[in-house]
Amino acid sequence: MIYFDKVSKIYADESIALDQVSFGVQPNEFLTIVGHSGAGKSTLIKMLIAEERPSEGSVFFESANINKLKKREINKLRRRIGTVFQDFRLIPNKTAYENIAFVMEAAGRTDAEIHSDVPHVLELVDLGKKIWSFPHELSGGEKQRVAIARAIVTQPDIIIADEPTGNLDPINTYEIIKILQKIHKMGTTVLLTTHNKGVVDEVGGRVLTMEKGKIIRDDKAGKYVL
Amino acid sequence: MIFTNLKRIIKAGFVNFWRNGFLSFSAIVVITLSLLIFGGLIFGSAFGRTLLREVKDKVDINVYFVLDSNETDIIALKKVIENLSEVDKVEYVSRDKALADFRDKWKDNTSILQGLDEIGENPFPAVLNIKAKEPSQYSGIANFLDSKSSFSKEGVSIVEKVNYNQNKLVIDRLGRIIPAVEKTGSILAIIFVIVAIIITFNTIRLIIFTAKDEISIMKLVGASNLYIRGPFVISGIMYGLFSGAFTLVLMGGLAYYSDTIIMKFAGVQGAQDFSLLINVFSSYFITNFGQIFALILGSGIVLGAISSYLAVKRYLRV
Repeated sequence: MIYFDKVSKIYADESIALDQVSFGVQPNEFLTIVGHSGAGKSTLIKMLIAEERPSEGSVFFESANINKLKKREINKLRRRIGTVFQDFRLIPNKTAYENIAFVMEAAGRTDAEIHSDVPHVLELVDLGKKIWSFPHELSGGEKQRVAIARAIVTQPDIIIADEPTGNLDPINTYEIIKILQKIHKMGTTVLLTTHNKGVVDEVGGRVLTMEKGKIIRDDKAGKYVL
Repeated sequence: MIFTNLKRIIKAGFVNFWRNGFLSFSAIVVITLSLLIFGGLIFGSAFGRTLLREVKDKVDINVYFVLDSNETDIIALKKVIENLSEVDKVEYVSRDKALADFRDKWKDNTSILQGLDEIGENPFPAVLNIKAKEPSQYSGIANFLDSKSSFSKEGVSIVEKVNYNQNKLVIDRLGRIIPAVEKTGSILAIIFVIVAIIITFNTIRLIIFTAKDEISIMKLVGASNLYIRGPFVISGIMYGLFSGAFTLVLMGGLAYYSDTIIMKFAGVQGAQDFSLLINVFSSYFITNFGQIFALILGSGIVLGAISSYLAVKRYLRV
């Protein structure tokens, strides 16, 4: 489904974020990428959503080379990928409902679909009672659940969660992981980055370990070795 | 789908405008100030034009005729002068009319009228008051009159005096000053308009800068540029609409109270000297309301929309 082919990223200050990275992600897989801060996890995610371009190599989403997509095609790609960020990235002057509805509107869904799907997806992340709350009225865990609801509402092919528990306490971390597992069981591919050992142990499955822009381990059974 | 998208964009624009109340208010205040510069230029140009017209109207050449000159000769000369391309109008004041005007002017001053009666005969000469189209053309008309100074059937000059030479200095100065004032006014207007546009653009740019994270989020969830930019442009249009409406109200108020304000600053005599008490601003505002309405509201809307459109552009590169 996703394939990184000898991807390198060298910034203008000549720092190397990624160094000849190659790996693939299969449909319906739950892949966890671990590594210290600065290991290159976030750069990797940014390349998947075309926020960054590789200096060398290619990133494929199915048969499409992401580097060669035009602006309009990048928008379409991003609608097929649900993204969850560490800092939530909710639109501050929109309610939980509107934050999620916005993604559906951008994807061209009808008003009827939006009216039925948004409350449903908020119920799924246990936020049915906070539907009209603004982000500043929500706790960190609640914000992240809204972000997850936003990521899954258009039923994307893959969910990318970039350190989604980085700003959360252990209880909220556990709840977020449970939600991601639930989404995975419903048939969605999940790509999670984290440096939280507890999260890796909880998720299990395949783990990629990164260090200094390189993949140093690719374990089928979840292991956090650093 | 186009209609649905348009409806959503307009709704989002309204919601953003309402929810970002303080920012919207700030934008409206700044754009209103910018539009007031436009309004000031409109009023300033109306005032300037009236003032210059008044000054131009005060300038003329008066041809005084000898007392026993024949009216037929004078009318013949009037027709010749009227045919000159530089001449705007020629007014003939007969001896009788000059006397009647004098009596009317001094009807309350018995000593002057008594003095006039003691003379016994009409002492006032017939006069031709000549107005040129432009102050700079008076010298040409004066030269023409000099060349015709012996005009009469009998070959005897009927012209007693042409007062151009006495007024030459003032007329020449006006001929130079008026175009300079008009040119300076145009340059100042252009500078003010540019300043107003820059202020408006930067204010809106600052507002959109506060939404740059929001724009990047929208981009990352796959929203199209049109869908992201649309609500900001709608908000920009609303800033312009409200600012335009406030500006028109303020201009209306200024026009309404303008006579009082001018009297206060220029003094009654000063205002009367230039006939400024005849509602320059209010009559201009009422007569040209359609154009002023379209210009102010149109400028507000166009400024708001274009500034928003351009300001969002730089944050769409995600």
